[in-house]
Amino acid sequence: MRAEGYAKSGAPIIEVRDLSKVYGEGPSAVRALAGVSLDIFPGEFVAIMGPSGSGKSTFMHLLGCLDRPSSGSYRLAGREVAGLTRDQLAALRSRQIGFVFQSFNLLSRTSALENVELPMLYAGIPREERDRRSRTLLEEVGLGSRLGHKPSELSGGQQQRVAIARSLANGAPLLFADEPTGNLDSASSIEIMNLFRQLNRDGGITIVVVTHSTDIAAWSDRIVTFKDGLIVGDGPATAAANGGADGTSASQRRGEVRS
Amino acid sequence: MSPLVLVRTSWKALRRNISRSLLTMLGIIIGVGAVIASMAIGAGAQAAVLKQIETLGANLVIITPGSVTSGGVRLGSGTRTTLSLSDVQAIADNVPEVAGVAPYSQTTAQVIAGGLNWSTSIAGTNTAYPEVGNWSLAQGRFFQDSEVAKVAKVAVLGSTVAANLFPTGAAVGGLVAIKGVPFNVIGVLAPKGQSGFGRDQDDVILVPITTFQQRLSGQTWINSIQISASSPDTVNGVVDSTERLLRLQHHLSPWEADDFTIRNIANVQQVRIATTQTQTLLLAAVAIVSLVVGGIGIMNIMLVSVSERTREIGLRMAVGARGRDIQLQFLIEALTLAIAGGFIGVGIGIGVSALVSRLGHWPTVITAFSVILGLVSAAGTGVLFGYYPARRAAALDPIEALRYE
Repeated sequence: MRAEGYAKSGAPIIEVRDLSKVYGEGPSAVRALAGVSLDIFPGEFVAIMGPSGSGKSTFMHLLGCLDRPSSGSYRLAGREVAGLTRDQLAALRSRQIGFVFQSFNLLSRTSALENVELPMLYAGIPREERDRRSRTLLEEVGLGSRLGHKPSELSGGQQQRVAIARSLANGAPLLFADEPTGNLDSASSIEIMNLFRQLNRDGGITIVVVTHSTDIAAWSDRIVTFKDGLIVGDGPATAAANGGADGTSASQRRGEVRS
Repeated sequence: MSPLVLVRTSWKALRRNISRSLLTMLGIIIGVGAVIASMAIGAGAQAAVLKQIETLGANLVIITPGSVTSGGVRLGSGTRTTLSLSDVQAIADNVPEVAGVAPYSQTTAQVIAGGLNWSTSIAGTNTAYPEVGNWSLAQGRFFQDSEVAKVAKVAVLGSTVAANLFPTGAAVGGLVAIKGVPFNVIGVLAPKGQSGFGRDQDDVILVPITTFQQRLSGQTWINSIQISASSPDTVNGVVDSTERLLRLQHHLSPWEADDFTIRNIANVQQVRIATTQTQTLLLAAVAIVSLVVGGIGIMNIMLVSVSERTREIGLRMAVGARGRDIQLQFLIEALTLAIAGGFIGVGIGIGVSALVSRLGHWPTVITAFSVILGLVSAAGTGVLFGYYPARRAAALDPIEALRYE
């Protein structure tokens, strides 16, 4: 862990200015994001916290180029994203961004190896290269002996590790995780958060985790807190990452709907 | 994403749920099967008709006696005895653009040669018959005008008759007894094979018409007159001139109807072809209806598939799939279903055609064109009806798709 809690080195990889998102129109319009500004630098490990409906998921969808803002500016690696077309956003997701979801979202009836290959198919990587890379990645997340297993033959923690290997398939410098431990028990949660830590420290990958568990947020270097569509807190994570933290709250284990 | 990967993935998905896939394909299978079978039956009939024209000669005009009307009951063509050898002579002398005129009378008899016998049809005709009927000789010669004039007892055998009565091949120079009358065999016809509708044209013995009338049948009239026009273009002129001539010959008043019927083989065949074309069209309509129904089936299943796999679509988009990648994936799935159905349909169509051939004794011909047409219409149906579901999948919003339960 870095001495300062988080490092600001060079130009920000994420540069958000006055970003807002409104759903619907007229009097029934819902303002999910009410003008947010934030910089995230390469190599940071950031947790985004906040209660349900605080706008943190909307914010992550915008950062992940899954959605387009109503107004404001978002520069990803120096490039303005706000006005891009659907296809251009898809290209950014393919090359720059990896996603890890609460429910893993692996293709069922498809082997771990093929799941990891999926993003490379859309990036047009040749077959041998796809095979080689996905083997390496699965070995790195500790699943070298389960390449041919289908998701139904893997535990939750193993499935999430396949999903992490998949998020790294195209060598994206930026990884978004949306409640990555929400469906896992505490032991698996710790494994997964350790893996993120390691990827951040050794691989230099910028990681943004959305969670409403303080235990999970404690694994990060910097915590950004959302409330009512605005950022209400931004500072270094104070709690130690390795305090035997549970990793999940009881509500998450029950599978409560997240914001 | 390469289409090959997509084809492989779709094929796997299709096999995973084989009964659903087969039900989805049913309409396509029936449609393509109907296309193949209808075209096979139509092409078979057409080939048979063409073969008949070829063996008979397209320029052939046939005159038969008219039908007898007795007290309002019409007895059918050929029941009158109005045609005679003088009519044949008159046509030969007076109608221009005629390449040959031959009388043709026919009976059936048991024929004996040595220790063998054979039931066959005996035809009396003249020296123009090889030209008119498109026959050539395999052995020996045809009879000559002098032999017709002399009422000579000479016979020319069809190849089937020759093979059955003279298995050693020494037919020419042999003797055959027809209705107890001995005939010298002077020639054997070259085989023509079956007529378009299965009759063996080589099962015949030809004798001079004079000998036929005086020695075998005792008739003075003849069954029919066959005329060969000099070219296909002159057929209609020959028909008109012959009709005028025969009315004169038969002393018919202007208010009397013809006592003969003139038929032009080409016309008869055209009617036959038109009939089979109507049947083919009817089957084609059935094919189109079932292809449309099959297409709607595919569209239904693809729409179900899109909504079942909404989260998968969302995930694929999240990891970098563009709208057109998703669209291509679903389009190829629809196409794979349709083409697989198409291949099964081709198999069933070929099976049905074989069955029609065997049980219905109806000639069928499977053409490469019909197979290609069947597969192309299956593929076209797949693209047409797979397009809308694929568009819908591609237009999904990634976030909503990922959240879909």
